[in-house]
Amino acid sequence: MAVITREDIIKPENLVYKRTSLLVDCALSYCPGCGHGTAHRMLMEVIEEMGIQSKTIGVAPVGCSVLAYEFLDIDVQQAAHGRAPALATAIKRLMPEKYVFTYQGDGDLAAIGTCETIHACNRGENFVIIFINNGIYGMTGGQMAPTTLPGMKASTCPYGRDTEIMGNPLKITELVATLPGTCYVTRQSVHTPGNVRKTKRALRKAFEYSYAKKGLSFVEIVSNCNSGWKMTPVQSNKWMEENMFPFFPLGDIKVPAAE
Amino acid sequence: MAKVKGAIVINIERCKGCEVCVDVCPESVIAMNKNVNTKGYHYAMVTNEDCTGCTNCAVVCPDGVITVYRVKVPTEVV
Ligand code: SF4
Ligand code: SF4
Repeated sequence: MAVITREDIIKPENLVYKRTSLLVDCALSYCPGCGHGTAHRMLMEVIEEMGIQSKTIGVAPVGCSVLAYEFLDIDVQQAAHGRAPALATAIKRLMPEKYVFTYQGDGDLAAIGTCETIHACNRGENFVIIFINNGIYGMTGGQMAPTTLPGMKASTCPYGRDTEIMGNPLKITELVATLPGTCYVTRQSVHTPGNVRKTKRALRKAFEYSYAKKGLSFVEIVSNCNSGWKMTPVQSNKWMEENMFPFFPLGDIKVPAAE
Repeated sequence: MAKVKGAIVINIERCKGCEVCVDVCPESVIAMNKNVNTKGYHYAMVTNEDCTGCTNCAVVCPDGVITVYRVKVPTEVV
């Protein structure tokens, strides 16, 4: 039998997958195993495949992904904490020919930025909101977030979130789906190959719908924060499936009427 | 009939040793090296020749450090 060696396989013509060049060639600042890196990569793969690198403007949040502008090789503006949807509104209205998105975590989007999020959704601004929900404030040391699950431990609720005194987790994605201004609302994850591919398809649809002036597209990505949750990355992905998904079920919540 | 054979290349200096790729490989190709890279992470390594080039590992790698190659192998070549 003709022996095929590793050297025979590793040739440019046999390439089937490599990191997109639209992600800057540097080490990402995220913890090992964090879903942010995968979400960034899928976002940039979509932008690459749509050929819209020079037509896209992103808005980075405050939080772990505050440095997104260092990693995404497109134009990115940095917003004040929670204000990304307000800034994106201005950008999209001034430059309607651009594809515009915000990239925000749960603290940024669902706590300090709740007002901006809800009103941008309600006004039906034609941009995409990418919402990374890991149920915790990762960057500042693992404090309880609006989306921390009941009973889930965080540094500010070391015995677990007690809904009697700390209130209930906010399902902001379901909430914005009820607003007339949103056209596409979906919840995805990036912890398995299948889910990563689904997320990529969702991001592509989101860009297409909002560019076609159907309204605001809202893509939640339920993600792990293994450092904040105090688990290994593999354990945290399993924990996420068992605990986050029953409360934050994956799938489309709202799709445009024509579909 | 043709079967496929794959190979992966891991950028070990960028690997953060998270082990997410190990878990998703259907062929158990990947394991962690007992040595560390210059950042101090145990990095992923290839342990056998069973790779089919399915891209699972590369797709889930949060740091995008895996590159995948694949060729078709005609089975008649015996
Ligand atoms: S490409 Fe598929 S078979 Fe090959 S190492 Fe990666 S996960 Fe395993
Ligand atoms: S998923 Fe990527 S960063 Fe994590 S161990 Fe594998 S190659 Fe390294």
